Amino acid sequence: MNLIPIEYYLILSAFMFAVGVTGVLIRKNAIVVFMCIELMLNSGNLALVAFSSYMGSSAGQIFVFFVMTVAAAEAAVGLAIIIAIFRNKLTVNIDEINIFKW
Amino acid sequence: MNIYDIVFYLFAAITLASAFVVVTARNIIYSAFSLLFTFFGIAGLYVLLGADFIAVVQLMVYVGGILVLILFGVMLTNKITSVQIKTGTLQVIPAILGTALMAGVLIKIFTGTNWHSQMAQYPTKTTAYALGHILLTDYVLIFELLGILLLIALIGAATIARKEEKAS
Amino acid sequence: MELLIQAGIALAKILIVITVMLLTVSYLVYFERKISAWIQNRRGPNRVGWYGALQPFADVFKLLLKEDIVPSNANKFIHSLAPFITLFVSFATYAVIPFGPDIKLFGRTIQLALADVNIGVLYVLALTSLGVYGLTFAGWSSGSKYSLLGGIRSSAQMISYEVSMGFSIAGVILLSESLRPMAIVESQYGFMWNALIQPIGFITIVVSAFAETNRLPFDLPEAEPELVGGYHTEYSSMKFAGFFLAEYANMIIASAMIVTLYLGGWQFPYIDKFGLSMGLTAGIQVLSFLLKMALVLFFFIWVRWSIPRFRYDQLMNLGWKVMFPLSLLNLIWVAALIMIFNI
Repeated sequence: MNLIPIEYYLILSAFMFAVGVTGVLIRKNAIVVFMCIELMLNSGNLALVAFSSYMGSSAGQIFVFFVMTVAAAEAAVGLAIIIAIFRNKLTVNIDEINIFKW
Repeated sequence: MNIYDIVFYLFAAITLASAFVVVTARNIIYSAFSLLFTFFGIAGLYVLLGADFIAVVQLMVYVGGILVLILFGVMLTNKITSVQIKTGTLQVIPAILGTALMAGVLIKIFTGTNWHSQMAQYPTKTTAYALGHILLTDYVLIFELLGILLLIALIGAATIARKEEKAS
Repeated sequence: MELLIQAGIALAKILIVITVMLLTVSYLVYFERKISAWIQNRRGPNRVGWYGALQPFADVFKLLLKEDIVPSNANKFIHSLAPFITLFVSFATYAVIPFGPDIKLFGRTIQLALADVNIGVLYVLALTSLGVYGLTFAGWSSGSKYSLLGGIRSSAQMISYEVSMGFSIAGVILLSESLRPMAIVESQYGFMWNALIQPIGFITIVVSAFAETNRLPFDLPEAEPELVGGYHTEYSSMKFAGFFLAEYANMIIASAMIVTLYLGGWQFPYIDKFGLSMGLTAGIQVLSFLLKMALVLFFFIWVRWSIPRFRYDQLMNLGWKVMFPLSLLNLIWVAALIMIFNI
């Protein structure tokens, strides 16, 4: 039996999400921003699994499955873009990638 | 304080502490390294929640796939000998204020809501059977769409990342 | 009291398995040298002990007494962590491999596997994908371009072959309808070995196992003569021994997995029809598991000393354009078998 109330998992997930958002906002390196997005996705997954487990239904875990697939696709395309940018500009700092800004 | 509580706090501490290091570490490799522990902590919490299949898939997809890709990204975009692996931060104070506000609102909502939850049951059988059943009945359309999405991502990533043809 | 006995049994099993593993690893090195000598018409190690039987211990002492050099350019923390990651991953995998049937001893049933996890096969796959980290971190942290290139080379190789390995394992899971290693072994009763039912899958898993353990036709991660070592170029002394041990431990695990998934595990065909006593049956079954493993290991060594090394692009082509479609074909074949025969 799990005696931990569901709020604990949700609060943990909220904190992780906040840490992830902070990372996206403050870091310069595109790859670290990327990692922070993964943190945010993971915190969402944690909340979904917690809901699924406390509701006694597997549907929440299916959504986690979908989120993971999308995250994998996103990682592949995102890193390809980062490497393409690095090849052209020799930097992955997002404040230096500003050719659209005039 | 029974054993489940202790395990929960342990994994929660690992997850939060390493997530914090991911955001604050100045060396990208350390960020990636502590992201590994975050994923482990989350996988442990999944096991604690009775989702054994999702926990192993978490290890396979996030740790075995996505993080390896990220490490490759780090290694290919940073010169090895010249230490360019450290990066800075921007606009720290407004970002922290904003996210603290957001976290406060979220926690207020989570604690204020009356969750009609039942106690989590630990499944004696693996959850793989139930998951597979739902995946191929109720959610089969999304399942197929995800297959197409992965194919598109594969083609897209290969097209973007490969070198230009010399002739063009 | 009951809890104590359970913990005692678990500890005893862990101790036995770890001891046997360590001894097998060190003697596997010895046998590799002996067999290679035999294949190349040499004598091999024969000075330390009876026909060189104490050679492994001499090797261990040699490596322990050497100086441990850390390059000044290296990231010290990750540099010393990497061999432990590799070793930990290869030893942790052994927890789910069943090496015998349930036996009754002093009135209680003991399972001859460290843990019978109901998603054991996925656990093995997850840990194999963790093995990449040891190599990548070792390559990156050494601060040398040869190490880095070796690390990237080996992790790309492992990721590529993991795909076809996963699909050939999926064929087994389809047939046995379980992710539990014990159930997979039990589903191969008699001569229903997966190697006979799905031969393509057997070929792909053996080839992938060679690539995953970095063994010779695919040993580009460490191709000593032409590519300046690999991820472990900058390692010396006990840390080098860590990688070395891990390679052989991985070989043992790969052979144990092949035996469990494809060669009937600890089953000896129709032994329960012979009318032998329970203990004798269990003994023969454990022995047959060990014998099958030894044969697969011998095959590993035999191939290493007979076949030349692939070039890197050939390796990748083989992985993605031959092995991957073949393992998919195997999956379709198994699905067709299940549809036709309603197994």
